[in-house]
Amino acid sequence: MNVVEISGVSKRFGSTTAVEGIELEIGEREFVSLIGPSGCGKSTLLRIIGDLIEPSGGKVVVNRKTARQARKDRDYGIVFQDPVLYDWRTVAKNVALPLEIARWPRQKRKVRVQKMLELVELTGFENHRPWQLSGGMQQRVSIARALSFDPALLLMDEPFGALDEMTRERLNMELLRIWAASGSTVVFVTHSISEAVFLSTQVVVMSPRPGRISEVVPIDLKQPRTATTREEPRFFELVTQVREALHLGHDLERAAPVITQQAEA
Amino acid sequence: MSSTAPVAVQPVPRGGLGKLVGHRLIDWLPAVIVLVGIVGLWQGLIVWLDVQQFLLPKPTAIASAFWTDKQELLHAGWYTFQEALGGFALGSGTAIVLAVVLARWRRLGAALMPYFIAANAIPIIAFAPITNQWFDGGLTKSSKIVIAAILCFFPVLVNTLRGLTSVRPQDLELMRSYAGGQTAIFRRVRIPNALPFIFTGLKVATVLAMIGAVVGEYFGGALNALGVLILARSRIFLFTQAWAGVFVACLFGLGLYIAVALVERIALRWMPSTSE
Repeated sequence: MNVVEISGVSKRFGSTTAVEGIELEIGEREFVSLIGPSGCGKSTLLRIIGDLIEPSGGKVVVNRKTARQARKDRDYGIVFQDPVLYDWRTVAKNVALPLEIARWPRQKRKVRVQKMLELVELTGFENHRPWQLSGGMQQRVSIARALSFDPALLLMDEPFGALDEMTRERLNMELLRIWAASGSTVVFVTHSISEAVFLSTQVVVMSPRPGRISEVVPIDLKQPRTATTREEPRFFELVTQVREALHLGHDLERAAPVITQQAEA
Repeated sequence: MSSTAPVAVQPVPRGGLGKLVGHRLIDWLPAVIVLVGIVGLWQGLIVWLDVQQFLLPKPTAIASAFWTDKQELLHAGWYTFQEALGGFALGSGTAIVLAVVLARWRRLGAALMPYFIAANAIPIIAFAPITNQWFDGGLTKSSKIVIAAILCFFPVLVNTLRGLTSVRPQDLELMRSYAGGQTAIFRRVRIPNALPFIFTGLKVATVLAMIGAVVGEYFGGALNALGVLILARSRIFLFTQAWAGVFVACLFGLGLYIAVALVERIALRWMPSTSE
């Protein structure tokens, strides 16, 4: 069964077309990365899946429902590049936020928050304020919050984009562990080719103006991924394949002006 | 995962009321020195330049006038303070409730806000003689409470509205992703986000409340009201005694300000840097 089915989706903001002709199916327990240069509409596509943006055309089905119904049923958790934690809430209270809105009873909430903080290894930080934590820790709180109500789908918009390389690689490992433990499907937006290849079961390569899917690269690296995965020859092959797909998307776009310049010369 | 052992960036601030007020005695020292300096300079200049008592009395003369009449002055101050407090509560309360309504229904806000801004340009104090006539010929507290309330209303309204509307887009996206309704958004995002703004407005309002009450009394009020007392004394050239009345007005105004600032510290303990 597919968790996400997108057909013929487009989105225009005024006169600019953000994405166009998007066809994509995401199966259960897949880890799908959307990658592409700035302005290719990958964040827009993620928000369309999550019904944070309404598409101008086409159809989005999430868990066999409309995206809107899926949102109302709280079928997905979302993690932004900015952790979006509330300073007036403690770490534990931030994780409990979606549970409060879904009206979980207090005791059940408490137990679940403990479990989630254990999952992201932040036990002992329940009563800290978000600003007392490092960037990486804040993002882990944000992940714990997104997964706290067991959503079928996890949407992540460049969650590690603002972090340094070392923290980022560590959190990549943690995310894979959490993904394996939670059994959810992940849609992950990133700028980084190696991150996309390392994490994903499929990499969706997008090209800009208008944003389109130019290629879907299946990642056949064996599970579970480990620190040595990044050193395997197959890893490099796949990185190269994604990079070439990215450049192809770019070159198509630039082909016309290059020829004009030559003609003028 | 031992390498990922998390480390807190800063320790959790904890402490009693003393810590909450945020200062040890030594932190107040510079301010105390300035106060002593200014009062000393005032006293010294008057003696040195031989300024007439009715133009500007010496601080020591004001202090002794205050001491002689302290019973009556503090009693009058308390009476006026009650008006100021009533006006502060009424004006600020109305402003906060209205700000929530205007933030919730933006169309309504867009329709009404220009008139509130225009209304703010009216010198409210100019209405004091008129409002006095609206309420019992100005002899009760009501008319002063209304003047103080109107003065408090606007800064609290504007600040609260700004706080309620200045949430980040991601904050709203997050709430939307949890299918949180308007009530949840207000309760869990907009209102907590507005708290620092609300307190800024309230602190401005404390001072305005006392001004409103005293000036209102200049146009007539109860015999034991501070404004009436200041006016009566300056009319019979008891300027030092009038100054003592002004001093009492400052005292009560400052008291209200400090009370609000203290509540702010307690309410905003979660802020990254209220004490830094």
